Amino acid sequence: MSALVLAEHDNSELKDATLAAVTAAGQLGGDVHILVAGAGCGAVADAAAKIAGVSKVLVADDAAYGAALPENVAPLVAGLMAGYDAFVAPATSRGKNIAPRVAAALDVAQISEILSVEGPDTFTRPIYAGNAIATVKSSDAKKVITVRGTAFAKAATSGGSASVEAVSGAGSAGTSSFVGAELTKSARPELTAAKIIVSGGRALGSSEKFHEYIDPLADKLGAAVGASRAAVDAGYAPNDYQVGQTGKIVAPELYVAVGISGAIQHLAGMKDSKIIVAINKDEEAPIFQVADVGLVGDLFTLVPELTGKL
Amino acid sequence: MKVLVPVKRVVDYNVKVRVKSDQTGVELANIKMSMNPFDEIAVEEAIRLKEKGIATEVVVVSVGVQQCTETLRTALAMGADRGILVLTDVATESLAVAKVLAGIVAEEAPGLVILGKQAIDDDANQTGQMLAGLLGWAQGTFASKVDPQGDTVNVTREIDGGLETVALKLPAIVTTDLRLNEPRYASLPNIMKAKSKPIANKTPADYGVDMTPRLTTLKVTEPAKRQAGIKVKSVDELVAKLKEMGAVA
Repeated sequence: MSALVLAEHDNSELKDATLAAVTAAGQLGGDVHILVAGAGCGAVADAAAKIAGVSKVLVADDAAYGAALPENVAPLVAGLMAGYDAFVAPATSRGKNIAPRVAAALDVAQISEILSVEGPDTFTRPIYAGNAIATVKSSDAKKVITVRGTAFAKAATSGGSASVEAVSGAGSAGTSSFVGAELTKSARPELTAAKIIVSGGRALGSSEKFHEYIDPLADKLGAAVGASRAAVDAGYAPNDYQVGQTGKIVAPELYVAVGISGAIQHLAGMKDSKIIVAINKDEEAPIFQVADVGLVGDLFTLVPELTGKL
Repeated sequence: MKVLVPVKRVVDYNVKVRVKSDQTGVELANIKMSMNPFDEIAVEEAIRLKEKGIATEVVVVSVGVQQCTETLRTALAMGADRGILVLTDVATESLAVAKVLAGIVAEEAPGLVILGKQAIDDDANQTGQMLAGLLGWAQGTFASKVDPQGDTVNVTREIDGGLETVALKLPAIVTTDLRLNEPRYASLPNIMKAKSKPIANKTPADYGVDMTPRLTTLKVTEPAKRQAGIKVKSVDELVAKLKEMGAVA
C-alpha cells in the first residue's frame, strides 16, 4: 500500500491543507509520497520533503503545471498512479478540480471529503450538508480520495527527510490556458487555517457596514473574516469569505457569528468549531441552537462595545 | 451551438433530512424532491446563452428513476427545448453518470455541457470533472461567469483565494457556482407549454454503461449533536464568559 498526496501550493509556499492530507494518507497504512506539480516550485518541494511521515517527493516542474490546470495536471497524476494504490488530495478548490478527473482516468469512484479512515478501503464522509455521515467501502483497486482539512490533524512540518525526485508528464494538453486571477489580499490569517474567525451575515446590511463592524473586531482578536452565503450573495463580502456547505469548511478554536441566522447550509461549514459565539437580534435564530454563548441584541451596538472591551 | 445540461432530482433544499433509525440511509418517503439548486443555475445559464443568440438549442438530461421526468419538466418550463431521461433504479454514482453523459455527448455533440458543481444530497462534486476527463475536454468548474467568444469560452471561477479566469477551447465543460446567475421561476403558460415538449426515454444500456456502484454504504449515522449553550445578557458577561472558557486572553 502506498499513497500519492497532491501538494497544495502557490509555487512558492506549501499550504497547510497538504498537511491534513498527509495525515489521512498515512492512516491508509503504507508509504506516503507527495507530488508537487507546478512551475518554479523548488522551494515547495524542499518544504514537502521536511514533512514528517513523507518518504518521497515527486516534483513536476513545468510551465504547463504552473496554474494547476486540471487538463494538464490530471494526466500527469494518472500516469504516476501505476505505482500507487491511492491518490489523496486536499478538498480545496484545486483538489476538487483535479481529483475527479484523475478518478475518471483510472476508472474508479472518488470518495469525496473524507472525515476519517476506518480501514484501507473504508471511510466516513458527510452527506446532505453534514446532516448525515455515511460510512462507505470502496471496491476499486485504486482509491481516489479528497480530504476534509478540519477532520485530520496536520502532519508536522519538520522531522521528515524525504528524497526529492524529478518527474515529468505530457505537459500541456493544449485545451485550456490561465488568463488571470483576482485574489483577495488580506493581512489577516487564512480562513481555513485561522484559530479565530469572525463571520458576518446579511444583518450587516451593506458592504460598508460589514467592514465597519466586522473588521475591527477581527483585528482585535487576530481573527480571519468569514461570511454567510446571504452576505456574499448580497455583495457585502467576496466569495472566498463564504463559510458553509458549498463554501469553506472551518473549525477554529473560536467562531463568532455576527448577524447570521444559521441556515443548515451555514452550520454545515462551522459547527465543528470548538467554541461558537452568536450575536443576533432574533432570539429564535437557529444559530443559537449550536452556539456555546449567545447574546441577543442589536449588533450595531453590541459589536463595537465588544471590540472595545476585549 | 447546442448546450447540454444534466439535472438531478434531489431532496429539496429546505428539507431537514433525518437519518433512518436502521442506519441504512436518510428518510426519503413523502419528502419534497426538487431540482438540485446548482443544476437550476446551470439550466438558467444555458437559457440565457440561447436568449443571447449564442446557444441554438438547450437539451436537458436526467439519469435516475421515473420521477426524474418531473425534474426535466421543470427545466423545460424554465425554457429548455427538449429532455432525455436515462432510466435506472440503481443508486447513481458520479462515475457511472459521467459515463452515461459521455454517451449522450457522443450522440448530441453539444458545444458546451453545463452542470451543477455538486448535488446537495451526496455532496460529491465530481460529475462535471469526470465527464471532462472521460471526453478529454477542458473544464471550468465553480463558475461565476461564463463568456463564450468564438471557439473558446472564458470562465471565471470561484477559488479558495478569490477568483480566477481560464480560457477553454470549445467544446468544454462548465460547472456552476452560486453566484453565476439567479434562476428564473417558470411562468404558468411556460409550465403548460413544457408539457408538450419532447422527452426521449433511454436506459444506461443504450450507452453501454454498467451502473453497478463502486462504493457500498455500510451505514449512515447522525453527526455528533452540538448542545445549545447559554445566553448572556450583556457584552460584559460575554467577555467574562469567553475569558473563563479560555477563548480570549
